[in-house]
Amino acid sequence: MTLEIIGITVLWLFLFGYVIIASIDFGAGFFNAYSLLTNKNHILIKIIQRYLSPVWEVTNVFLVFFFVGMIGFFPKTAFYYGTTLLIPASLALILLAVRGSYYAFETYGSRGHKGYAFAYGMSGLLIPAALSVSLAISEGGFVSLVDGAPVLHYRELFYSPLTWSIVFLAITSVLYISAVFLTWYAKHAGDEEATILMRKYALIWAFPTMITAFGIIVELRAHNPEHYENIVDIWWAFLLSGLLFIGTFWLIWSKRQYALAFCMLVAQFFIAFLGYGWSHRPYLLYPHLTLYDGFTNEAMATALIIAFILGFLLLLPSLYLLLRLFLFNKEYVTGKKNHHV
Amino acid sequence: MANEEAVFFSRVLTELTLTFHIIYATIGVGVPLMIMIAQWVGIKKNDEHYILLARRWTRGFVITVAVGVVTGTVIGMQLSLLWPNFMELAGHIISLPLFMETFAFFFEAIFLGIYLYTWDRFENQKKHLLLLVPVAIGASFSAVFITMVNAFMNAPQGFDIVDGELINISPILAMFNPAMPTKVAHVVVTAYMTSAFVLAAIGSFRLLKGSNHIYHKKAIYLMMKVGFVFSIATALIGDLSGKYLAEYQPEKLAAAEWHFETEENASLILFGVLQDGEVKYQIEIPYALSILAHSNPTAEVTGLNEFPEDEIPPLYIHYLFNIMVAIGMLMLFVSGLYLYAKRCGWRFVNKKWYHWLIVAGGPLSIIAIETGWWLAEVGRQPWILRGILKVEDAATTSAHVDMMLIAFALLYIVLGIGSVVILSRMFRRNPVEQELQDRSREKGGDIQ
Repeated sequence: MTLEIIGITVLWLFLFGYVIIASIDFGAGFFNAYSLLTNKNHILIKIIQRYLSPVWEVTNVFLVFFFVGMIGFFPKTAFYYGTTLLIPASLALILLAVRGSYYAFETYGSRGHKGYAFAYGMSGLLIPAALSVSLAISEGGFVSLVDGAPVLHYRELFYSPLTWSIVFLAITSVLYISAVFLTWYAKHAGDEEATILMRKYALIWAFPTMITAFGIIVELRAHNPEHYENIVDIWWAFLLSGLLFIGTFWLIWSKRQYALAFCMLVAQFFIAFLGYGWSHRPYLLYPHLTLYDGFTNEAMATALIIAFILGFLLLLPSLYLLLRLFLFNKEYVTGKKNHHV
Repeated sequence: MANEEAVFFSRVLTELTLTFHIIYATIGVGVPLMIMIAQWVGIKKNDEHYILLARRWTRGFVITVAVGVVTGTVIGMQLSLLWPNFMELAGHIISLPLFMETFAFFFEAIFLGIYLYTWDRFENQKKHLLLLVPVAIGASFSAVFITMVNAFMNAPQGFDIVDGELINISPILAMFNPAMPTKVAHVVVTAYMTSAFVLAAIGSFRLLKGSNHIYHKKAIYLMMKVGFVFSIATALIGDLSGKYLAEYQPEKLAAAEWHFETEENASLILFGVLQDGEVKYQIEIPYALSILAHSNPTAEVTGLNEFPEDEIPPLYIHYLFNIMVAIGMLMLFVSGLYLYAKRCGWRFVNKKWYHWLIVAGGPLSIIAIETGWWLAEVGRQPWILRGILKVEDAATTSAHVDMMLIAFALLYIVLGIGSVVILSRMFRRNPVEQELQDRSREKGGDIQ
């Protein structure tokens, strides 16, 4: 395995971590706002707040980690993506800032400010939309070099069906992942009412997720045939991912083993995510930038990988402690004890 | 040039983001240490007041940390969005500390979450103290690593450029550049100092507003003590920073001191205004600049006239330098006098006017932090990487930076007002007298 592949694998894993954790977060915000609208807020608010409050900062770090690591391993991406993503990334940042402040402001300050709760809920759909635009851009066709500087064509991007397929997939999968997780979490907390509601949402959002995922593959066939070919080459990975999807759906449908259902969902997305990334090789931005010409020097790559390993040795036990104390602590989850500062 | 506008707006937006971020970041670096100290003192003295101090500071800290985290994320990404050419070059050389900073931040985030949500969960208060150690370490180390990146921009090293190609790259050498020791030390120590004076100001404000509780008096005394120690450290490191500048960045020192002619026995100029190239109304301290620069009253100090005109920073940084140093000295004096007077039993420090002075110390310290950063950053003009890359060549070529500037300005207004409103509401609704009563009821009356 070359350093380039190690680098991109590390980053891809972090992006995957962010996708799962942030999806739970974004989706929860949306369901929270939606339940306010339908006066079902009392059902959801407890499980959502109890899970999300101790981890919101950690979620954010996954994203920071990804983009800092990206610049570290592939400095040329700063030149290409930095210039082109100014507007979508800035919008995502502003929405993320509104979200990030929400937990602190809401928990300690004005409990139950409705306008803020809606802004927070909507941001859960708009942030994945804004961030996923970069995936559309990476497929090529929207960026050209003018006087040696990359320029993004907003018109083409806006009218492209591929862009919209990716945006819709981002939104539907956010809602689906979040609903499955919260179904399990509500059950774990012994909250029947919330379980029933979240199970309903999980079943509703399952199919749009699969349909948009297939839609992207169809769009790619016309937009980027090279990538499409690569995807077809590893069809078995996507088939496996599809089977796992059916498994998750079946378990939730028959109200059994929500924990296993959530694990299968993570596996489903993991395989699809890895398959997508694998087939995208070697391009970081088709056709301008590849893994190989965007890679940093050897000294820096080695230093980053060493830092990464050491950092991870520090983080894994800490993360384990966090999960032990909150997610897997029966007393905390069921809300028997409230130990807030 | 087509992107001159983008350069200008990129500079304004970066300055706006950083100016807003460092208010919260400074508190984010310093306050965890203060919480830890309060918790430790509380355990050692077996005094419930200090434990409550830690608890109430933490509650306020969460609000500031939230804004600090989100604005930190913003500046992290804006570096690539607004300065893509810089980040491409710097990414090759300096991304190691940037990467390590996220680890420190991650570490802090995990334990802060645990600390916040496990309050009173463990019988033994020492366990809570142990949870605070990684929070304080993580907070300080993110400052250390990020300042290393900034130090590199002032004194780039750890690579060679041959025909436009970067070779012989050494990430470790880039991290441990000559600017690093003084910069890192100065940033960390002033963050502690500022946080201590901000917390003392809050206690003092409560006393002025009618509370007469011993709790606030304990808080003020503790924070003045901590603040005094770190002001001394700040002054010492400030002196070392002057020596660093004389050696490696003489144009910044010369511009900050309005030192035009290279000369021996150089005197230090305090205050004054610059009119048509003439310095007026200044206070001159003979030999002081030579001492500051080289620890030798007769040493030669390089003047501004030695540098090409397009490589000297704007001269207004002298005012920034004055404000920063004046506030630092004032706070050193205010806290030192307070401690000495308390010891000797002098009563004037308990008077209203002295408490107002302590209250003013909080915002003043923040102003000193801001002016210090502006001095350091504007003093590096016109370079983004001193001697290698100029600011105008590093900015984005993208249009619409002006629109983003407006959008972010609105965001900071919302966050700024929101955090102030919520912080003040949080503590006004639940004053310390009320909370002590509630706690004593919970615990069966053994706390007063």
